[in-house]
Amino acid sequence: MHDHAHDNEMSSQEARVRALETILVEKGLVEPAAIDAIIETYAEKVGPQNGARVVARAWLDESFAQALREDATEAIASLGFHGRQAEHMVALWNGAGTHNLVVCTLCSCYPWAVLGLPPVWYKSPPYRARAVSEPRAVLRDFGVALPEDTRIRVWDSTAEIRYLVIPERPAGTDGLDEDALAALVTRESMIGTGLALPPGESP
Amino acid sequence: MIGPQDLGGRSGFGPVRAEPDEPIFHSDWEARVLGLTLCAGALGHWSLDESRHARECLDPGFYLRANYYDIWLTALEGLLERHGEVSARERALGQALQAGKAQAQRLQAEAVAGVLARGGPVDRPPPAPPRFDIGTRVVMARFHGSGHTRLPSYAMGREGIIEAVRGCHVLPDKNAHGEGEGPAWLYSVVFTGEALWGARAETGTEVSLDAFEPYLTRA
Repeated sequence: MHDHAHDNEMSSQEARVRALETILVEKGLVEPAAIDAIIETYAEKVGPQNGARVVARAWLDESFAQALREDATEAIASLGFHGRQAEHMVALWNGAGTHNLVVCTLCSCYPWAVLGLPPVWYKSPPYRARAVSEPRAVLRDFGVALPEDTRIRVWDSTAEIRYLVIPERPAGTDGLDEDALAALVTRESMIGTGLALPPGESP
Repeated sequence: MIGPQDLGGRSGFGPVRAEPDEPIFHSDWEARVLGLTLCAGALGHWSLDESRHARECLDPGFYLRANYYDIWLTALEGLLERHGEVSARERALGQALQAGKAQAQRLQAEAVAGVLARGGPVDRPPPAPPRFDIGTRVVMARFHGSGHTRLPSYAMGREGIIEAVRGCHVLPDKNAHGEGEGPAWLYSVVFTGEALWGARAETGTEVSLDAFEPYLTRA
């Protein structure tokens, strides 16, 4: 984050946000400490480490994987991850010749409780425009080359269902525990623009 | 509405450029916008659907170029003005000229964790059984005009197959305009690449989207 020492260095957005917050606080409509608490939640507590935990558990525990198939919202909540922008979850399983890719072409819908806030590229026109019409080309932008006979299934989050991709478990990970497996699960692998890392690499 | 938000399938935006080691916020003001947007939403003047509509009604040239948090900020300024909480004059002066209306709804810092953990589920008791079964071939409606919808234009008039029934959810097309929640069945509908993009579709690709029952007719 940038800290500007002088007001005349403020961007117009900084000035507008500062004015709006000042007014809302004066009006008794907003508590600055509540803003701080929201920021702290998404800066420090809620992020892709939550989703990585879900994926690692699903790889290790077949009964959890089954629960995730039947009611992903419940299963994910059982690990302590629930709430805003994850009220109605569906898990998408890569494998058996199918690769899943998640987008929100109409805005920025994203499963906050398991992945945190979306990255800029996810909210930007190139991804939102092209993920549905040329997903293989988009995957190449991310350096992901899938076999031609792998089917690509794109999921456009047009309502309040939020999707979490369960990437394929990498080869050579037998015997790894949940923490070690979770470290291989990148944010991109849970959106579908990446794959889980091979053992020995960390995100 | 087929506004600037309706991006699926458009050309000309270039490659996706992911920033390595992207920070969660690129500046403090982005973080404040996130917090302000959630705090202001908690006042109860508008629904999530109305806030999405406020964003898609922004100037298209601005929308397509803006930092996404500036889209949120600009829409928030408009929502607060529309609902009589912060006038353009107050924004220009940078000070309040009258007291807030929804003070009683102010989100307290101690309540934040609970509010975020609860979220806002949108499933509702169904007014009728679902009209479509899994496997049914359906055609998507064509909606033009200025109203809010979650039917992307790339799928309008296209034929797909119901692959899942997701429950009965608040209908954004009504709720965004203060016309009640109008709960409707929500389905996942799958389309072949060819159905959406024609002969130049990438091979072996399909697109699923979530469509409310009023968007669909039997093929």
